[in-house]
This record gives sequence, C-alpha cells and structure tokens, in this order.
Amino acid sequence: MDRPDDGTWRTWGIDPAWSRTFDVPGHDGITHRWHLLDTGPGGPDGATVLCVHGNPTWAYAWKSFLRRFGDDHRVIAIDQLGMGYSERLGADAPPRRYVDRVADLGDLIDHLAIDASLPLVLAAHDWGGAIAMGWAVDHPDDVAGMVLCNTGIAVPAGRGAPKIIRLAASGPLRDLVCRRTSTFVEGTVRLSGRRISRQDRVVFRAPYRGAEHRRAIADFVGDVPLTDDHESAADIAAVAAQLGRIDAPVLLAWGARDIVFDDDFASDLMQRLPHAELQRFPGANHLVMAEADVASTVDRWLTDLLGTDREPRPVVQQHTSSVFDGLHRRRAEHTIAVADLAGRDRIDFATFARRVDNVAAGLVRRGLEPGDRVAMLTPPGIDLLIAVYGVWRAGGVTVVADRGLGLRGLGRAVASARPAWTIGPRTAGLASTVLRWAPKSQHIDVAMLVGEETGSTELPSEPEADALAAILFTSGATGPAKGVRYRHGQLAAQRDALATTYGIGDDDRLVAAFAPFALYGPALGVPTAFTDCDVTKPGTLTATALDEACREIDATMAFASPAALANVLATADDAAGLEGVAQLRLVFSAGAPVPAETLRAVSALAPDASIRTPYGMTEALPVADIDLATIDRAELSGDGRGVCVGEPVEGAEVLVADLDFDPLAGVPTSVPVGATGEILVRAPWVSEGYLARWETERTARPGAGWHRSGDVGHLDDDGRLWVEGRSVHVIDAADGPVTPVPIERAIERALSPSGIVTTGRVAAVGVGPASCQQVVVVVEADASGLELADRDLAAAVRGAVDVPVAAVLVIGELPVDIRHNAKIDRTAVAERAIEFLS
Amino acid sequence: MRIAVTGASSLIGATLVESLLQRGDQVVAFQRGQTDSPDRPTPGPGELVTHLGDVRDAAALDVALERCDVVVHLAAKVGVVGSRDEYASVNIDGTRNVIAAAQRHGARGVVHVSTPSVAHDGRPIVGGRAEPPIVEHGTAWYPETKAIAERRALDSSDERCAVVAVRPHLVWGPGDTQLVGRIVERAENGRLALVGAGRSLVDTTYVENAASALVAAVDAIAPGAACAGKAYVVSNGEPRPIRELVEAFCVAADVPFEPRNVPLGVARRIGSVVDAAWPRLHREDEPPLTRFLADQLGTAHWFDQRNVRADLGWRPSVSIDEGLAALGDWYRARRGEAPSR
Repeated sequence: MDRPDDGTWRTWGIDPAWSRTFDVPGHDGITHRWHLLDTGPGGPDGATVLCVHGNPTWAYAWKSFLRRFGDDHRVIAIDQLGMGYSERLGADAPPRRYVDRVADLGDLIDHLAIDASLPLVLAAHDWGGAIAMGWAVDHPDDVAGMVLCNTGIAVPAGRGAPKIIRLAASGPLRDLVCRRTSTFVEGTVRLSGRRISRQDRVVFRAPYRGAEHRRAIADFVGDVPLTDDHESAADIAAVAAQLGRIDAPVLLAWGARDIVFDDDFASDLMQRLPHAELQRFPGANHLVMAEADVASTVDRWLTDLLGTDREPRPVVQQHTSSVFDGLHRRRAEHTIAVADLAGRDRIDFATFARRVDNVAAGLVRRGLEPGDRVAMLTPPGIDLLIAVYGVWRAGGVTVVADRGLGLRGLGRAVASARPAWTIGPRTAGLASTVLRWAPKSQHIDVAMLVGEETGSTELPSEPEADALAAILFTSGATGPAKGVRYRHGQLAAQRDALATTYGIGDDDRLVAAFAPFALYGPALGVPTAFTDCDVTKPGTLTATALDEACREIDATMAFASPAALANVLATADDAAGLEGVAQLRLVFSAGAPVPAETLRAVSALAPDASIRTPYGMTEALPVADIDLATIDRAELSGDGRGVCVGEPVEGAEVLVADLDFDPLAGVPTSVPVGATGEILVRAPWVSEGYLARWETERTARPGAGWHRSGDVGHLDDDGRLWVEGRSVHVIDAADGPVTPVPIERAIERALSPSGIVTTGRVAAVGVGPASCQQVVVVVEADASGLELADRDLAAAVRGAVDVPVAAVLVIGELPVDIRHNAKIDRTAVAERAIEFLS
Repeated sequence: MRIAVTGASSLIGATLVESLLQRGDQVVAFQRGQTDSPDRPTPGPGELVTHLGDVRDAAALDVALERCDVVVHLAAKVGVVGSRDEYASVNIDGTRNVIAAAQRHGARGVVHVSTPSVAHDGRPIVGGRAEPPIVEHGTAWYPETKAIAERRALDSSDERCAVVAVRPHLVWGPGDTQLVGRIVERAENGRLALVGAGRSLVDTTYVENAASALVAAVDAIAPGAACAGKAYVVSNGEPRPIRELVEAFCVAADVPFEPRNVPLGVARRIGSVVDAAWPRLHREDEPPLTRFLADQLGTAHWFDQRNVRADLGWRPSVSIDEGLAALGDWYRARRGEAPSR
C-alpha cells in the first residue's frame, strides 16, 4: 500500500512523523509489512495506549486520541493486516481468522518492544475489541487498562446477531457489498452523518479505493460467527468465557445510537467485566471516537488510572438493618399500613406484607433475575408501594422516574435505565413499547401482579446490603435528569437517618403529601397515607385534602413540597376546623427552598408541630435539617448570606471546598469557616453513583466517599450550613465570584416592605464571558415578558446589595422547574437577559 | 515630570491637565485656541505653560514638546462632517507629527488617545477587549483615520520612545457638550429618541476616570513596560442599559424624559440614508443619526477591564452613580440652585 505523502497527512490532521511501517515476522512464518501511527514517547508518567481499529476503518479512527493525549502518553494506532496502509495479503492467501488476528496483534506487540516499565492500555473498537480482548485474556498481567468502544465478544443473551451483519455476511452478497463495491465502507461512514466532517469521510474511505484494497473487509465480515459451527465460533466463545481474567480497569465508551453494537452489547460486557465503568454518548453512533469527545473522557480516565494518590471509596458499609425491617416488625398486625385518599383504598400491614411476598414470588416465577431493572410505571398508590417492595424482595432493581420530570423527561429517564421489566397499568405498557421507553422490556400488569396469590415459588434470600436496589432520577432542574444508583445498604441507612433525625417511632403515622415520600412508610414501619391530590400537580393540594388524610390515619407527621404547603395555606381560610392538621407533631417540607413565611403560617395551622425542613439532594438526603425557630434565630443573628439549612444531621459530614478545586486531584481541603465554596457531603446513605455516566460520577466523587452537592455556600461560626445557590449559577465577575442567593434574599427583604413590588421572587444572574460577568437582577412584577425596571425599582435594587448591578429587569413570571415548581431556572433567566440586553 | 498634552482644551484634556497640575507636574498644554470654558484648571502645585498651535504644524509642536518626558496626544477631529482629507490631516498626519516630535526630544513615551470605534464592526460587544483597529470604515472618516493613526502610532513604539493607545469609551461628565449636552438638548426640544428601546448594555466613562486612566498611562508608559505598543479600552466597568443612562442624564439636567422608540432596523436604515445624503446637502452641522450611531446606540457595548487594570495599575475612582450626582450638582449650579449634597 502506498502511503499518503507528508502534505496529505498534514491536511488530515496527522503528523507525518507518526506514520511508520515495520516488517514483522509473523507466527505464520511470513514477514508482514505493518503500518501504524505512533506519537512516540510520552511524558515520564505516561502510558502506552495501543489502539486497535475495527472493520472497515483504520488507524485514523483514533485521530482524536493521538491528538488529545499523544504528548502525555505514547499512543500507537495500528492498521490491521490487509487494512488501512498495512500490506494487502495475496489473493491466494486464505482468509485470516479470528485466532490469526489475535496472534497477529501479539506478533506486532512483541516486535514493537514496547517499554515494559510503562503501563500498557489497550483501546479497541468494533471487531478490534474482540481481537484486543483475545490478546488480553492471554496476557492479563501485561494489561493496565482497557478502553472498549462499541464492540462485543458475544451476541447478548436472548437475541440474535444484528440483522444488518447477517445480511452483509451472507455468501455472495458479502463479496458484492464488502469487496466489489464500497457499500460496506460507505454505509459505515454514513452512520456518523454530520457528526463527522466531510474530510473525515474522505479519509476513512482513502485506503479502500478499488476492490483490490477491500478484500480484508469481506474476510472480516465472513469471520463473524453467525452459527455455532462457524470456524471461529469456538475461539471467540473461549475468549468470552475467559474474560473474567481481566481485572485491570475497563472503560466502556459507548455511542448509544449504534444499531449493531448497541446497548445490549455494553450490558453483556458489563456482566462479563463487572468492574467496568460505562460512559454513554447519547448522540453518537458507531464511530463514537470520531463523533463525540471520547478522547477527553479517556484522557481523564487515564489520569485516574495512572494516579496513585486517590483515596479509594470506602466499600458500602455492611449496614445491619434493611428496608424490610419495618414490614417484618409489623407483618402480623391488622392495623392500617397504607391509606390512599385519592383511590379510596386502604390496606393493613399483614395484607401488605403478604402481597409483597406474592409479588416477589410472581416476579421470580416470570423469570426475574436478581439485578434485573424494573421500571415502576404505576401511579402513586397502594399498588405502587407493594410493587416496589415486591421487586426489592425478589432482588430486582426499581427504576423510579416520576411524572414530575414531564412525560418526555420520564420516557427518556426510563429508556436510559434500560429496564428488563416494566410494571404498571396497561397504558404504561403500551407507552413503553410505542414510545420506545423500554422497547425490549417485558410488561407486567400491576393489578394482575398485586392480585395474585402466592403459589409454591421459593423466594430467594433477601438482598444483601451491597446489592443494587434502586435507580432514582434527579429533577433535571439543573441539567438533564440523571439516573442515581442506590444500594440496599444505602437505602436502609437513609431510612435510619430519617428515623433518627425526626425521632420516628412505631407510634408515628405519616401523611405523604409529596407522593414519592410514601415509599419510606413501609420501610419505617409506620402507617402512611396518600392525599387526594393530582400527583403531577402538588401545588393543587388543598387544606381540606391534607386534613382529611391526617384524620384518616390519625397522623403525627406530614411531608409536603413547598408548593403544596403554599396552596394549603391559600385554601386554609375556607376550610372548617383543620383538626387533623392541628394534631400533627411534625411537618416537614423539602425539595426546593422553603420560605420562612410559609413555615410560620404552617405553624399557625399546626401549633404543636415541630416545623422542619431537611436539606439534601436526590444523591444524598438528608444532609442537614433546620426547624422554624432556628431559621428565625439564624436570620436575626447570621450574616444573611444565603439560606440557612441548619446543622448537618447525625452521621452526615459536610465539607466546604474552594470553588475552583480540581475534583480529579483527590479530596479537597476545607475553606475557612465563613468562606464561600462548594458544599460536599459524606454519609452512609450517599448514593452509590450515577448511571452510565462515568464522567459525571468521576467529577462528582473526588474520593473517600465524598459527594459534590453542586450547591455553593458556607458554614457559620455555629456550625450551621448556608446555601448560596448552585455552583453553575455562580456569577463569574471580574472582582471574584458572586453567589446569587444572598443578593436575591437581600433584594427580597429590601423590596417587600417598600411596596414597590408585590409578588416577590428575584433572580440574580451573570451575563458576559467568564471572569468578567456582570450582575443582572430580574424581579417578578406586573410585566408582560421582560422589561427594563423603572428608575425607582432599579435604585431600590442597587441600594439593597453591595455588588455593582449592571441592569435591573422585571418579568411577569420567572421560569421554574417542573417537579417542584419552585426552583428558579437561573440558566434560562440568564439566557433571556443576555438576549434582551445585547 | 514634564508632560505635554495636545488638545488640552477638550473636556478630558482640561480634566487631565488639572489632575497633573494638582499632583505637581509641569504641564505643557498644546491647543488651538484659548479655552473659553469657565472651568479653567485650578492652579495646583504644578506649573502650566500653554502653547497655541495646531498638530498639523510640525514646527509649532517641535517647540512645544521640548524636554517633555511624556506626551498625551488628545487632539483630533471628531464628528461626521468634513472630507476624508480634513480628517486625515489632523488625525493621521497630526499623530505622526506628535510622535516624531516626541521621539526627537527624547520623550520616554506617548499616550495616544484613541477611540473604541476604531475596532467597531457593527456587532454587539459583550465583555470584549481592545480588538485590533479596522482601517476601513466606509464613509465614517473619524473611526477610519483614528484607526490608521492608532496602528501607526503603536507600530512606532520602540525601545527609546514607547507608545500606548488608550481608548476611553463614551466619556461624559459635568461640562460635557458632546454626549450629555446633546441628549439634554434633544430632550428639551422633545426630540429624544432611543434605538431598540434603549435596552442595550453599554459601558461609559466618567470624565475624571478617563483622566485618571490617562495619568496612570503617563506613569506606566516607558520602553519595556507591559503596556508599550498595546491598545486598551478604558471604561467605568459598570455597563448600564442605555435607556437608564439617558434617563439619568435627563434627571440630572432636570429636563423631561419622554423618548420616542426607534427600532434598531429602522434606525440603521435611516442612518444609511443620512450617511449618503448629508455630504450632498453641504450641511455644516452634525446629522441627527448616522449608521454608525445607530449601531452604537442599538447594540451592547461593554468591555473586559481586567487587563487594563492590571497593566496600567488603574481603577476608576468615581462610580456611575457618584458621577451622576456630580452631574446633577453641576446642572443645579448652572441654574443657580444649591447642590443637593
């Protein structure tokens, strides 16, 4: 093969010096001429990254790797024999089989005499993955790490080989599609659409012009073992069976739109390599390294792999309690376990516990395996609670996405978890198929499942503390909804933290006005009631509905979202004697900042109740807790910078780190008391991590069990935590970072008594480039759309804060998140402000 | 220090001369005519010598700039009326004369006062820096000749006589006849118009800050200095929506604020028509609107001030709000009222 000239390499973005050829004596007794791209020695702490392409690409597929970290590491991207610019095999030579390819790779690695003192990382794509894995299982000690991109070693259980490959591989068609015409090359390149450049398309095709250059492409396709008696089938199966020998770290970097090596192949590899990490690239197809910024992710992963100073995450503590304790304790009782005021239904503990076992048995009988993901598409109510505990009992992992994400967000969230099963009403089953939320899952009708009486099915033992229990979703208020993984031990620890923090005992009875909170009821072993309220609109909860639920179970505690509490207060005047509410000993509210005025008004309805608000996030709850009296004290005594969320709860640790800390450099040190920084939290109930987001998880978890909350704030002299906003909303001004919440609070306080503004929410956002942003304040007022504030309002706003304010705008209504209807979407506000002021 | 200031009779020039005198510098004011402004610099510990002359007159400059350590070159032909030759002779040739004289007399530096409009291409500027000058501006002779002058001035910066270009953005203050004066006059006559509802965020510079930035540049400029050969946009670093500023000027001057609103697209079209028509009408006054002005008034213009603050070691000392209060006092005094503070 004639290599391109230097100028051509440069046009392609490849340093001509990287292009090298070697004559390598082969295991077949023939010396072959190999071509590869080699960036040469990297930094002293670097690795050798050997990249193996698939079919029908070539070394160019790894351009982003070569360019991104070719200085720090030695990156070698090979052209397989017969491919790229390596030699073309003679027309009479027999087709190279899988075992030949693995041996070829070994020949080359031996010949290259790679510095054995440096760690060797294999990166592989498509069929290159199978070949690299084939070499790795025989040299497990030589491999320091593996990066696998859209590849596979076996057809995933329960399905056939991809149809498109089957078609291309069939006899005469294969030669036509792969060799005689460039259809296969063209088709592969076209899968990437506009995510790769025109030039990329040209370069991918370059070595495969003319049928004489495409023979190996056809041979590769012919080597796909579509039947068990295929010549390579046993060899590949043997490697698949030995994959467990690889204990080096593995990163799967996956283009999620690939129709050949799809998510099922990723799951198959995850099962064979349980320690592997997964990073999905949702927009990318087969040529993921060329389409998405895989190189940056791999760069960070390599830094991690080679770094030695990262403290390992403590293993999940062997939590001695379990989520089933509450039910075990009360399973003989015929007292009420759950009441549903919307569905006019109730169930006692004994029946509840029996149905949970029935559901578990029914699931096991249907074939549910421990670890299977089950999307819970049942609306909140008694059946949902039974189904959730039933799935847990059977060893399944519940995927819980609530309608608060919006229908599209809900669908996306479910799809990202790839559930094997869905449980819900018939309509949900249809949605999961028709809307492709979970096209490959098996749907179970919830009414049928819950109604079944147990047969003779033996239940597996209860799941261990380190077994995966649930995937929950972040609200998506600050980015796309992310799947959060919880193990059983973490859920049990969370239940215990709630019980300790709020002194919850057997005499307590809970009203869950925020429906998902009802899931804690059975775990706590307390009677629980759902209110009669549209779960998708918590802001419509009436005082009468809340009171009714309280009286139904003689409630001692009620949990409601801030929006729900606001409506309860708004409707309280019309309601007659709210005796159920009045007897509560505890009212708690969370999910979004709760205005102190709301809590104060609630206190008037429930005079004996302790009014509390926990602080936390989907990934870690509770972190801190505060009661109304402390809020009032803090407001008076504190510096007023932000919202006081109280002291960390028992068992939780809080660390405030510098805003600029590098999460890849290990656990940060604390900033001094009073200084603003990012809030990190550590507790036994902090979630395990994220779903298929290695990158997010890595940056959110700097080590030793610490979780970055994404909030900024400070600790005061009394150990209380103050939240000053989200870190993504910090205004990056020339004179230093400005946090939004203290500004907003100061303005709200200044404006409310003045009568200038009647409604009251305020958003402070930054406009302009990083490090020289200007502060813009947007105030909710009587306005249509966005307008400049009048002179008096602008003066009042500027007078209330001690940072320069470039512009004061008014808006009819600030955009808020869907789930809580309360968190101001400052990113959207900033975008509108920038547009308005330019 | 002995510092020559060309164009010393302008608003910035007079303020600068006063600042230099107050700190004890010897100042050579080079200007075309005796200033008739009532705000003559108050004599400070420094010493003031006035030379009457024109920057087109190299011989007069040569006499005036003798023994000067630094020259601040403010003299320029501004506005939109006149031929390209008239602009070029003052702005390009005049600058060449000033730098030549400074070099001949061994000055260590020249502070060339330029304008942000030299780099203006009609697009909004959001947190921008001093971009390189654009040497073609259609028929807008002022920015075009100032751009050429700035480029040549910076190119001439060498190891004996260093040059820094300072571009103050929209200078205003008491006694300002350009920006504030025109707005107030139009407001009085009921001809006040805002382009695009006046919501664009714009940087401005209170005159004392512009002067103090020039003083900082005088002190900083020397061969080898960080600022040598560079251009900086100077502003208060407090951008505001145009409408808010215009209203504040009107309030300070106690004139009604009743603006008409002209959409940006309309303003640009009117400006283009005026640009084409004005020279043919042989009008000597400034046109009500030009294409350049439409862009300036209808799009955001504010700047990243970090490098100017670092390289010149300067920060504005008077905030926008303090400046507005001073402006109000000045108008009150003119009306014979007592200051509010």
